[in-house]
Amino acid sequence: MAFLTNFYVFLFYFAAFVLVAGLARKIIQYARTPAPLKIPTTPAPTTGRGVVFRMMREVVLFESLFRGNKWTWIFGWMFHFGLLLVTLRHLRYFIEPVWFPIQLVQPFGIYGGIAMVVGLAGLWARRFLVDRVKYITSTSDHLILGLLVAIGCTGLLMKFVFHVDVVEIKHFFQGLYSYDIEPLPADPLLLLHLFLVAMLMIIFPYSKLLHAPGLFFSPTRNQVDNPREQRHIAPWARKLERS
Amino acid sequence: MAKATFEVPELTQYTEVPSVTPGAMAHSAPFKSKEDFQTPLGFPGELVDDWQTKAIDKMGELLGKYRSLRVYMDACVKCGACTDKCHYFLGTGDPKNMPVARQDLMRKVYRRYFTLSGKLFPKLVGAEDFTQDVLDDWYSYFHQCSQCRRCSVFCPYGIDTAEISMAAREIMDSIGVGQKYCNEIIGKVYKIGNNLGLPGPALIDTLEGLEEDVYDDTGVKVRYPIDEEGAEILLVTPSADFFAEPHVDGLIGYGKVFHEAGVSWTLSTHASEAANFGMFIGSYDNMRRVAQRIREAAIKLKVKRIVFGECGHAWRVAYSFLNTLAGPWDFLDPRYPVPQHICEFTYELIRQGKLNLDKSENDDKVLTYHDSCNVARASRMGNTPGGQFEIPRAIIRATCNNFYDMDEDTIRDRTFCCGGGGGLLTDDLMELRVKGAKPRLDALNNVIQEKGVTHMAAICAICKSQFTKVLPYYGLEMDQIVSVHQLVSNAIVLTPGPDDDEDEDDDEPDLDGPNEEEETDEAA
Repeated sequence: MAFLTNFYVFLFYFAAFVLVAGLARKIIQYARTPAPLKIPTTPAPTTGRGVVFRMMREVVLFESLFRGNKWTWIFGWMFHFGLLLVTLRHLRYFIEPVWFPIQLVQPFGIYGGIAMVVGLAGLWARRFLVDRVKYITSTSDHLILGLLVAIGCTGLLMKFVFHVDVVEIKHFFQGLYSYDIEPLPADPLLLLHLFLVAMLMIIFPYSKLLHAPGLFFSPTRNQVDNPREQRHIAPWARKLERS
Repeated sequence: MAKATFEVPELTQYTEVPSVTPGAMAHSAPFKSKEDFQTPLGFPGELVDDWQTKAIDKMGELLGKYRSLRVYMDACVKCGACTDKCHYFLGTGDPKNMPVARQDLMRKVYRRYFTLSGKLFPKLVGAEDFTQDVLDDWYSYFHQCSQCRRCSVFCPYGIDTAEISMAAREIMDSIGVGQKYCNEIIGKVYKIGNNLGLPGPALIDTLEGLEEDVYDDTGVKVRYPIDEEGAEILLVTPSADFFAEPHVDGLIGYGKVFHEAGVSWTLSTHASEAANFGMFIGSYDNMRRVAQRIREAAIKLKVKRIVFGECGHAWRVAYSFLNTLAGPWDFLDPRYPVPQHICEFTYELIRQGKLNLDKSENDDKVLTYHDSCNVARASRMGNTPGGQFEIPRAIIRATCNNFYDMDEDTIRDRTFCCGGGGGLLTDDLMELRVKGAKPRLDALNNVIQEKGVTHMAAICAICKSQFTKVLPYYGLEMDQIVSVHQLVSNAIVLTPGPDDDEDEDDDEPDLDGPNEEEETDEAA
């Protein structure tokens, strides 16, 4: 038992490190790469405030996807919004005392879990049923969907069928903050659930999951449409002017 | 019907998404550039030794220079929203013409050489070595993208395939694999001043001819000046406007508008080309060099303003990039944006009631309007977002009585490319051009059937040339495509100058009937 607990302690420290360091590395890389030309997809906002609003619509409502494909939008939005609720619900394991809004969100987190799995199932089905989407799907796309579905299903099973001791789980994670190792319940479903979550954290900075930070750096979405009013020039392009 | 060596698709009224047909367009590739066309642009003349390493190095360099490329290589989740958006996919069914699959041609190489997962598990994440086969695929399919940005409208991350095909073309140029059409043309711009290779004397001759034609036609002396120092406005327009139909009718229109505005203007033999093919090949250096000509001409001719003629990608480079590439423009009149589009100029005059327009002159036509892709999705006109859609339509409505828009899904920012943009307007890509035009022509066909539309107006030299060539393949007439300023030209009632023959002018309105109303308009 001690071995299992120690393994999971190590796994989560490692996964958290990879997630944070890997994402930080990518975000710094994106931020430091210049965008030498103004390329917003127009019509585009002409003010910074307008860009914030455009970006919010993309992040919250998936506006472009809505215009692009209704089925993908429904399933994709369902999955992401479900995932958000589930994540909020899970915050109760990581904070003490549990904030009031997080207490309020608890029941919705369960619906979120269901929505998440249904959404994923819809997205996965498209990869088999639509010949165009089938063509562009690679093994890793199936694996990531499988991973997320497995995380969702193991979580729902623990909620509805095989209950686990949530208090002990909370102690385990609270202990990680202070290197204070508390035993993890030896429940196979829980161990699987946590293992898969750790895997997700580890692959995050090395896979297409980078779409999350990527969106914020997309020049076609985050640039202000004001090229005539304001001269935009990248440092490497300015060097050309001196020669 | 024009003769075709391939099967021309049947026009429908609504474009159906075809089923995937792998390899349907694998045979399509433009002629390769020769050494003579490569060297003036600073590219190697033929495929270099050790091309693979050099290409990967170039890719690394571009990943560090362009945030778009960096982010877009990582961000795609293969959601499929773009898969049915490209006109080349809709027209050919070739899955590598789906934007995501086109991007993947580069992404698989990126993953192999620049990502941990691609280095460790290439098969799993679809990473591949940069082999000769992959390079051939690049050459074929990155020359089946017209950089129209339609895919980027629908992508949840705004991934723009144009950015990727530009980068791919630059990488290929850097190892000596260039496209003849684009690179030969850029060379002509450097050597002669414009894409068509028209030397100064030919331009001067043409413009004199235009002045005579307009005088014969209207009895009013409208000037078409070139290289006139001290003029207020420098007009930069695609060189096709000097010769091709219906482009030249647009140029005639610009001259009439300037005449009515009472401003002095000039063309330039040095900057006798608005288009900037440097963008098509993704080369910042070449794009900058081409753009600098406009700065040089503006300084030499001591103009106060710069106005661009009807041209699509050119307007993108002008509106979005000119300030970056050739600015700052602090020596020009600060009261006007630099540059302005001729449509902005004309619209402002219409708004102020300074143009006397007789709509009935266009009563022989029922119009629709084709939003040119790069004007629609990569630029703006006027002060508010979407002005690029409203201003040309406002001009058409002010000059024509009969106007109908095409299906909403195919206009404004969802417009289809004409099928010939992005450096593909060459005869060696005829099959691609004909098939790629189908989505636009389906929508045109719909308004022809439903609304009795007879003509489609456009504000892009490439669109006009492409449709002129492609319409006959579908059993339509080549002259069904018109310039927006051709409509202005038809409708405009010219004010005679002091040196115009009074008698002749007096005759004309009398024949046309009552003229009082027009005169009050003019006074207002």
